[in-house]
Amino acid sequence: MDYIIILIAAVFVNNIVLAQFLGICPFLGVSSKVSTSVGMSGAVLFVMTIATMATYLLHQYILVPAGLDYLRTITFILVIAALVQMVEIMLKKVSPPLYQALGVFLPLITTNCAVLGVAILALGLEGGSLLKAVFFAVSNSLGFALALIVFASIREHLELANIPKGMKGVPINLLVAGLLSLAFLGFTGLV
Amino acid sequence: MAESVNQTQNFLKGIVKENPIFVMLLGMCPTLGVTSSAFNGLGMGVATMFVLIMSNIVVSLVKSQIPSKVRIPAFIIIIASFVTIVEMILEAFVPFLYEQLGIFIPLIVVNCIILGRAESFASKNNALSSLIDGLGMGLGFTLALTILGATREILGNGSVFGFKFVPADANTFILFILPPGAFIALAYLTVLFNKSTTKTT
Repeated sequence: MDYIIILIAAVFVNNIVLAQFLGICPFLGVSSKVSTSVGMSGAVLFVMTIATMATYLLHQYILVPAGLDYLRTITFILVIAALVQMVEIMLKKVSPPLYQALGVFLPLITTNCAVLGVAILALGLEGGSLLKAVFFAVSNSLGFALALIVFASIREHLELANIPKGMKGVPINLLVAGLLSLAFLGFTGLV
Repeated sequence: MAESVNQTQNFLKGIVKENPIFVMLLGMCPTLGVTSSAFNGLGMGVATMFVLIMSNIVVSLVKSQIPSKVRIPAFIIIIASFVTIVEMILEAFVPFLYEQLGIFIPLIVVNCIILGRAESFASKNNALSSLIDGLGMGLGFTLALTILGATREILGNGSVFGFKFVPADANTFILFILPPGAFIALAYLTVLFNKSTTKTT
């Protein structure tokens, strides 16, 4: 039951992009086509899950016993940056088709605040365990994927729309994101 | 003389021409996430400005020592150190703000403005220019965040910096302090900003 609540909360109620504002850069940056947004979502799912697992273990078994909790920010960002690099190298060798699909997005993910954000948020989960933290990361990346893909589909339609001159480009995209966020607000109180 | 004019331009570009929020769209996460009130926006802006200035100075001082292949990780460590300092200072002296900004304080590390300035400016210029660049960019960021925060607070709560100017039971656009309001307010502020800058040039 706990896990179902985590899933629904992360995907709909507290959507990582539309309610918590994490990962806005890729949300606005790589959402002009549905196909690229699917690739980006896949890369985020992959990296976020592995990164949360690594940082959770690091925090639990090294930082806390050693009393180095204040080094959290520095160590986490380094682990994530190294991990992304490693995943990229390994993927290239082990699974070239997957690398083809996700490759270009991987370097972008280091500066994706959603990954670091989820890694930090996962530490504060109630009755936390490694499994729960990983499940939390998976749920959040599904939430990210949902928001990104829906947003990209709307943007594809916007290409054909007649938009006032001053609103073209960034403002109209922000406005669409605002309306999308408004729609997700309807899920409040679900869990 | 030419040098000082240059520095003034260097300072001003961050505020108007290359404003990190309205023009370059960098650092959107904290921009949207913490600006539910003018005070939070200002606090976030000042914290980011401190990190930006300090990391700009340090990067420009050590730039010749860092091999170019590992420069990005090195920059990130420098930035993360200052973020940790800010985190500790806020927790000790302004616990209220620390609580309000929450997760967005450690996330200053991944704010693209800071790494962006380190990479595109501080790693090519001397310490003084980098300091001024950091100050200008930081002020532009702070200004944008404060304006956005104030707009949302006025519309959503009927107050500025916590001072209420409408009756307590008045109806306000609560939407603007909720998440969707962040996107919508920023959308219209960007339109206004573009409109006013294109007129002047």
